[in-house]
Amino acid sequence: MTEAFRSLHLVPKAESPQSAKDFKTDQEVRWCPGCGDYAILAAVQAFMPELGIRRENTVFISGIGCSSRFPYYMNTYGMHSIHGRAPAIATGLAASRPDLSVWVVTGDGDALSIGGNHLIHALRRNVNLKILLFNNRIYGLTKGQYSPTSELGKITKSTPMGSLDAPFNPLSLAVGAEATFVARTIDSDRQHLQSVLRAAAEHEGTALVEIYQNCNIFNDGAFEVLKEPATRDEALVRLEQGRPVRFGADRGVFRGPDGDLYVDHVTEANEAQLLVHDAHRPSPATAFALTRLADADTLHHTPIGVLRDVHRPVYDTLMAEQLTRATTEQGAGDLAALLHGSDTWTVA
Amino acid sequence: MTSQVDQSAAVDGSDGEGGPESAARSGTSGRPGKPIRRLDRVIIRFAGDSGDGMQLTGDRFTSETAAFGNDLSTLPNFPAEIRAPAGTLPGVSSFQLHFADHDILTPGDAPNVLVAMNPAALKANLADLPRGAEIIVDTDEFTKRALAKVGYAADPLGDGSLDAYRLHRVPLTTLTLEALKDSGLARKDAERAKNMFALGLLSWMYHRPTHGTETFLRRKFAKKPAIAEANITAFRAGWNFGETTEDFAVSYEIPPARLPAGTYRNISGNLALSYGLIAASRRSGLPLFLGSYPITPASDILHELSRHKNFGVRTFQAEDEIAGIGAALGAAFGGALGVTTTSGPGVALKSETIGLAVSLELPLLVVDIQRGGPSTGLPTKTEQADLLQAMFGRNGEAPVPIVAPATPAECFDAALEAARIAITYRTPVMLLSDGYLANGSEPWRIPETDELPTIEPDFATGPNREDGGFWPYKRDPQTLARPWAVPGTAGLEHRIGGIEKQDGTGNISYDPANHDFMVRTRQAKIDGVTVPDLEVDDLTGDARLLVLGWGSTYGPITAAVRRLRADGHRIAQAHLRNLNPFPANLGAVLASYERVIVPEMNLGQLALLLRAKYLVDAQSYNQVRGLPFKAAQLADVLSAAIGTLEGDGQ
Repeated sequence: MTEAFRSLHLVPKAESPQSAKDFKTDQEVRWCPGCGDYAILAAVQAFMPELGIRRENTVFISGIGCSSRFPYYMNTYGMHSIHGRAPAIATGLAASRPDLSVWVVTGDGDALSIGGNHLIHALRRNVNLKILLFNNRIYGLTKGQYSPTSELGKITKSTPMGSLDAPFNPLSLAVGAEATFVARTIDSDRQHLQSVLRAAAEHEGTALVEIYQNCNIFNDGAFEVLKEPATRDEALVRLEQGRPVRFGADRGVFRGPDGDLYVDHVTEANEAQLLVHDAHRPSPATAFALTRLADADTLHHTPIGVLRDVHRPVYDTLMAEQLTRATTEQGAGDLAALLHGSDTWTVA
Repeated sequence: MTSQVDQSAAVDGSDGEGGPESAARSGTSGRPGKPIRRLDRVIIRFAGDSGDGMQLTGDRFTSETAAFGNDLSTLPNFPAEIRAPAGTLPGVSSFQLHFADHDILTPGDAPNVLVAMNPAALKANLADLPRGAEIIVDTDEFTKRALAKVGYAADPLGDGSLDAYRLHRVPLTTLTLEALKDSGLARKDAERAKNMFALGLLSWMYHRPTHGTETFLRRKFAKKPAIAEANITAFRAGWNFGETTEDFAVSYEIPPARLPAGTYRNISGNLALSYGLIAASRRSGLPLFLGSYPITPASDILHELSRHKNFGVRTFQAEDEIAGIGAALGAAFGGALGVTTTSGPGVALKSETIGLAVSLELPLLVVDIQRGGPSTGLPTKTEQADLLQAMFGRNGEAPVPIVAPATPAECFDAALEAARIAITYRTPVMLLSDGYLANGSEPWRIPETDELPTIEPDFATGPNREDGGFWPYKRDPQTLARPWAVPGTAGLEHRIGGIEKQDGTGNISYDPANHDFMVRTRQAKIDGVTVPDLEVDDLTGDARLLVLGWGSTYGPITAAVRRLRADGHRIAQAHLRNLNPFPANLGAVLASYERVIVPEMNLGQLALLLRAKYLVDAQSYNQVRGLPFKAAQLADVLSAAIGTLEGDGQ
């Protein structure tokens, strides 16, 4: 058992060690065979014991979509809600119950299309929520329409001549929405996925974790370049706090004279100029630039890991503090005094 | 009764609001100086520009009147625009107050006194005045330009068009500026105190206690003592003006009302509703969580509750209506008393989440302060046209209990009743108030807190299966309510959702027979909610006509019924507070009258439900003018119906 996670200091600790098995339900998992969701579920179930908190104080809330079936398979408290609204529902729960660890499971359609408003407002408020956004760049449950992260021109059932929508970059959106924690990982890399979950759980406030997830039925191979041994080293940029950002055989990320980031070969001459990753920078500029580093068409040099992790007061803590302050200043509420107010008269 | 207005039939009791023994108590008493006339009731309307402070003036006069001990009823009426162009008809804001030495029910049909701060206020309100009414105008505002702006070709103060009224020409602005000439205030600031001058004058006319207003002004302008003193000076100058000027020869005395014993305060519907929610939180032991998005006329509840965090109240101003109810539902899942407050357009946005709450079977209060619709409609005006939305406005079979208060003070009880149903039956409940109840006010006998009902949340604390397991949809055989197991309870971890679930286990189920069973069970649970029987007021027991209402029409309907009875007619009256399910005796009540009339501020929504459920020929009387019914008008309609019956039957 590890030390208590900072963001979970109000959550009761488990009395005895737990295992992945404790977090599995008796429900048959009903995703399509080969779906990336299986790998994510297994990784999350295996990770949860690490938190060391009571299982009954853990809640998973989802919206609608393939990924949103997730809570049914987690042996915690859970709610499978309605399309796009999970961040709003989770906000009410987290804001009123600081003794809970609240997780939101959502997808690119759920979070970025119908639920876009709730997502950005949860991020700016910095509610103590961990949001896992499964991005497969397609609508799966409705059988294959383009999503807000599908590439321009994508041929789908609803776009036989190609999608006309420019896609969202979820992490750019999150940084723009004042997110305090922004990370990206991949369904197939369990170790990396769990390292990001760890960092998210450690973060006080809203953590947005984008998980690239393969839909093998409607958008198979969308992230193949990031997974294939032959290509992944050149395509993936693994961010590590305090380390120069290098990837592949000899490449690295540099800051140009205009302040933007670019990729170049690392030489003895320029090695000292490599960008040193610091997710804790107060300014969001570098984190935003990192969200834009990948080539939108080829996904080459896609950063994974924690792009931004900064401290800002947490909404639910602030709300609880106001209640405490009001009670200190005005005394505990007296119902009879409230009902009487200041102007009464008596009829005998 | 003694009216200040002597020629008018409209005010002379025809609205049913006159006191029973008024003649005996009326008269003119003398004191040194000006004569005092005794009245049993008065209706005053303050009208001016949106920026003239008419709502504040009305509120203050109301507080003085409440402190004096009269019964009262108020009707604020203002435009949706915050500052409509000055001096125009759309910019007119008014506040009507009816007060009496006896129990009254409505803000009154026709004002005895109109205070018109400018030509627009006069023009917009004149048609409501009976002949003989008193009009007090600020002559300083009757300039050529101001008259032209509202289409007066000639000055109505001089062309004889107001000869039927008792007109008081008062240069309110000049007098206020004169009173404040030593205050050091800029002219613009000094001029703004003219509403307090008018309030002072009216306070003199009706012998109102003034101490409260002076205290109020000192508190309101605590950070601007110069403004506070200027307002108090203007207020006193208005009083003294009444005392000295010959234009106001008489003042009026309305003795306190003989209300049932108790401690009283004046309260508006939205305030009563806010207090009811806090009381429900206290009496259930559940922390109150309000998720809300600002919308007229519901926002005052958000404002009020946000001031009471020392009661453990959490208020969350959401990014939209959907997030407001979503957060409230999330809090309810965590064991809070989840509440969302809104108006009709907001309910439309919340529909899907209400449906989710029906499926999750979690307690949730949805408060709809109805306003004129459809769409944006009339944001600041009243209507009761959301009944069918509350009843049916969701996909699938999604029954929701509905509670509707009848008066501003009753909003307190309605909040407790809605919470009782929600918590006992694990269901969302709709509470339908409206703009008239929300902003109108009346005296309220303050209940003792230990008289209030207790509500038992009865959380699940352990397994409900012999094998030690927990089924989230294993129901209480009596109420059909499911267990409410909140996160943090060990061993009861479970998953719920909007997908159809298997009876008992709550696991996802697409089984046809199970779905049929679950739909019928959810309906049976709501149909089985216990609600009090409908009380029928049928004094003689042989009335043939029943008038049945719901919501804020209670005041005007009751006033109309009183009038008909005073004229010797037999009529029965009943008022529904529970609209879903209906009281168990409603069918029998309807069947026992030859004729049923249902007045509603919509096109017949309750009547439609009654006809569908009870196959009764309930007849609608409708009006959707954004204003409450006038008692006199209802009395005419009911009287005609009685006439038809008597013509038919005898």
